[in-house]
Amino acid sequence: MTVTVDREAANSEQLAEARKQPRKLGIPKEVYPNEYRVAATPDTVKKLQKLGFELLIESGAGEAANFSNDAYEQAGCHIAPNAQALWTEADIVLKVRPPEDQEIESIPEGNTLISFIWPAQNQQLLEKLASRNATVLAMDAVPRISRAQKMDALSSMANIAGYRAVIEAANNFGRFFTGQITAAGKVPPAKVLVIGAGVAGLAAIGAARSLGAVVRAFDTRPVVKEQVESLGAEFLELEFEEDGTGQGGYAKTMSKEFIEAEMALFLEQAKEVDIIITTALIPGKPAPKLITTAMVESMKEGSVIVDLAAEQGGNCQVTKPNEIYKYKGVTIIGLTDLPSRMAAQSSQLYGTNLWHLLKDMGGAEDYKVDFEDEVVRGALILHEGKVTWPPPKPSNPSPTPAKSQPSTVKAVAKEAEKKSDSSFFWLILAGLALVGIGVGAPSSFLSHFTVFVLACFVGWQVIWNVTPALHTPLMSVTNAISGIIIIGGMLQIGSEITSPATILGAIAILVGTINISGGFLVTQRMLKMFQK
Amino acid sequence: MSNNLVTVAYIAASALFILSLGGLSNQETARKGNLFGIAGMAIAFIATALSSQVTEYTTLVAAIIPGAIIGAIMAARVAMTSMPELVAILHSFVGLAAVLVGLSNYLQPESTLVGVEATIHEIEIFIGVFIGAITFTGSIIAFGKLSGNIGSKPLLLPARHLLNLSMLGGSIFLGWQFMTGANGLQPLLIMTAIACVLGVHLVMAIGGADMPVVISMLNSYSGWAAAAAGFMLSNDLLIITGALVGSSGAILSYIMCNAMNRSFISVILGGFGEGSSSSASKGSQAPQGEATPTTVEETAELLSNAKTIVIVPGYGMAVAQAQHAVSDITKILRKRGKEVRFGIHPVAGRMPGHMNVLLAEANVPYDIVLEMDEINEDFPDTDVVLVIGANDTVNPSALDDPDSPIAGMPVMEVWKAENVVVMKRSLGIGYAGVDNPLFYMENNQMLFGDAKQNVSAILSKLSESSNAKSATTTEKVLVKA
Repeated sequence: MTVTVDREAANSEQLAEARKQPRKLGIPKEVYPNEYRVAATPDTVKKLQKLGFELLIESGAGEAANFSNDAYEQAGCHIAPNAQALWTEADIVLKVRPPEDQEIESIPEGNTLISFIWPAQNQQLLEKLASRNATVLAMDAVPRISRAQKMDALSSMANIAGYRAVIEAANNFGRFFTGQITAAGKVPPAKVLVIGAGVAGLAAIGAARSLGAVVRAFDTRPVVKEQVESLGAEFLELEFEEDGTGQGGYAKTMSKEFIEAEMALFLEQAKEVDIIITTALIPGKPAPKLITTAMVESMKEGSVIVDLAAEQGGNCQVTKPNEIYKYKGVTIIGLTDLPSRMAAQSSQLYGTNLWHLLKDMGGAEDYKVDFEDEVVRGALILHEGKVTWPPPKPSNPSPTPAKSQPSTVKAVAKEAEKKSDSSFFWLILAGLALVGIGVGAPSSFLSHFTVFVLACFVGWQVIWNVTPALHTPLMSVTNAISGIIIIGGMLQIGSEITSPATILGAIAILVGTINISGGFLVTQRMLKMFQK
Repeated sequence: MSNNLVTVAYIAASALFILSLGGLSNQETARKGNLFGIAGMAIAFIATALSSQVTEYTTLVAAIIPGAIIGAIMAARVAMTSMPELVAILHSFVGLAAVLVGLSNYLQPESTLVGVEATIHEIEIFIGVFIGAITFTGSIIAFGKLSGNIGSKPLLLPARHLLNLSMLGGSIFLGWQFMTGANGLQPLLIMTAIACVLGVHLVMAIGGADMPVVISMLNSYSGWAAAAAGFMLSNDLLIITGALVGSSGAILSYIMCNAMNRSFISVILGGFGEGSSSSASKGSQAPQGEATPTTVEETAELLSNAKTIVIVPGYGMAVAQAQHAVSDITKILRKRGKEVRFGIHPVAGRMPGHMNVLLAEANVPYDIVLEMDEINEDFPDTDVVLVIGANDTVNPSALDDPDSPIAGMPVMEVWKAENVVVMKRSLGIGYAGVDNPLFYMENNQMLFGDAKQNVSAILSKLSESSNAKSATTTEKVLVKA
């Protein structure tokens, strides 16, 4: 909208917009075979309604994920009898899988669709959607910036896939994961190698660890070492200096030498481990082949490989997508529908991702496709039939870490220099003052002065060790002790009660005593409370 | 009692005072330390009373007994949340006593000193009264600020540094007059008045968040005042004790300043509000995004699902008197096998160690109450951090925003934990006047409302579910049996 539009026009335009403000969300049943997920659960439906949307759900949409029509109805949804009715009535359709041909045809002109699209791989789909004049937001294109984490459906699905990968592996593995010593003999723990410590890899590490396996992990990005270790896995390192950190938290392609070293490591590990879970993906490219046929052959019989990259061609040379089969005694799991196998969980997470996105887009009241919003702009691949993908590069593509560090280090160094300068200055000053006192002061003063300086140092030494927890009691005790000033008052009260010196001294004693008794007693009271 | 005996008694008292301070360095020996202090004070008092210099026992008793009673009543009545006020007002008494002793010493008719010794004696009186007067009024203002009778915002007069300097200069000039003029009393009294005003002005200019420094600084001053009194009375015990207290207070101030990454000078000269208001008006660093509000139910659930929990209390907990409810929550959670610990920022609250005293009052075992340095590295492994009424001490901009007025101040890195729940009355800014980006972070949730009410509500939720849980476990046991 241009700024120069005069106010009236803008007003009427706004009114018109308000009238056709989309309010109805439609949740169709997924048509892709073996897709059990659904884009909204009874729980997220309630949340969406709070944003002001009306919810329409196709009959039986949630059945595969164990959400019945009744549950949706109780949550306030209207049930559409069939897909056709739903697509025509809804303003915005929320889906999981990219739409199939028959679905595209039922999108009314100019409506909105939010789902996974994979625009890079699905050019044709994009064209078909464009022909319907649709507005499409791809959940897989949500930029991976920290603000958009709550809408990052890829991460939530990867998390589930990682977990499920371990479960599938366990299912096909003939032994315990955890080591046990039983009356019937000792059972060694299973050894699991996780390649790629992204969201899925970390989830797999966590799940395998909690089943009791010994887990090792490898990633080309050294930064994830800490995360891997925090989950209790061992991080395998190459004796090789190369950082594989690419954009948006993904890895990049590595140099040839690096890959050779990496392959040697995998070969060595393959002989040893029982289960390999691979999750290595490089955006926009086929998955790197990390596990060669030779490596698979070198594995013990009964071992399991779970290839989470099967859909992108697989990290393992012998992976067959969507299949579990045995290759020379090694079970190769190439399932691509792991999130769908945990449909209730993944629907819940995906539904929440969608809810966050719609909330950020303004809810039903202020729903707006905001080109200025980095997240919306990233996810928006079609706007009223115009292809808007890929989005323009954001101004700062990746955070530049440690940029400000050198300057702060410098500043610190400077400060330290200054400090040592000034402390030198103070030492000289103190020395001069001492000489001055030595020359000018009488000996009676000097003896007092000696006592004073020594006492200062004693206090200095004693106090350094005080635990911060005791600062308050310490303060009230020192306060009580400084009430010693009453001795000064006592020495002042002379013989004549009416003399000003005596009166002042007496008052000094009075307030000093308040201080002493108050200070000691309150300290005692406080210290009594400190207990183990 | 002979003079030698008195001196020996003073040595014993000095040693006991040193042992007392040393004993307070550690929880186990702290109570003994306090007893050492009391013993030292008793010995010093009795020795002085029996010495040949003190003869006027009626006056002495008449002053001592009411003083001791008043002090005892104050100590017994004070609530732990208002400890800072009590300490502040007690400081003012020391200051007042120092002024009175100085004046009284000057008025003492028999003065036998001549020459340099007389001059030094006069300087000692003058300095003692000066420090005493600043401590006196400064502490009263600190008391007023802490008890809320005086606004805690720093009062920044125009040209206040000039004002302070001219008052100091005036005092020095009066000191010169005091020593050279025939009638010394007049300049001495005028200087006392000026020092009183200076004390008021100095503390008025210091903001609420700097109160821990002010309190320990005044503590230090009261020690120096006692030491100055010792010099003028040629009393070594006073000198030793004063120096001990003075240096301990100075170290505490130094520790506090370090904890806020500010120089001692800049705290004393006040004006924390100044820098922050100018940067706030720039508004460039205003954090963006939306704070996620949460409910008591969700927080209780979060806590019951967590394994490791860290509670970070701040002044807000003290104000709301929520420490007992917090302690009860801790007990329930610990009973369920969760690791619950407390993280205390060095300047949390309004005086050094304030939070520790409150938690101790509520029977939180002190070995789960940790310092910032001890707990900071554990935050990444923590499931839930509960921030109760703390703000500036958990502000990430201290680390990442070099323009922030609190830049460089070490803070509790709570945002590294899995989940953070901040209990606060509103999204308002803290004492430092800085907006807190923590509130807008992904893993942070805000629980708005009065800290005590919220904590009690969480407590009742938790105890409900724990009852339910124990019921089901007994059932299970029955089934097994």
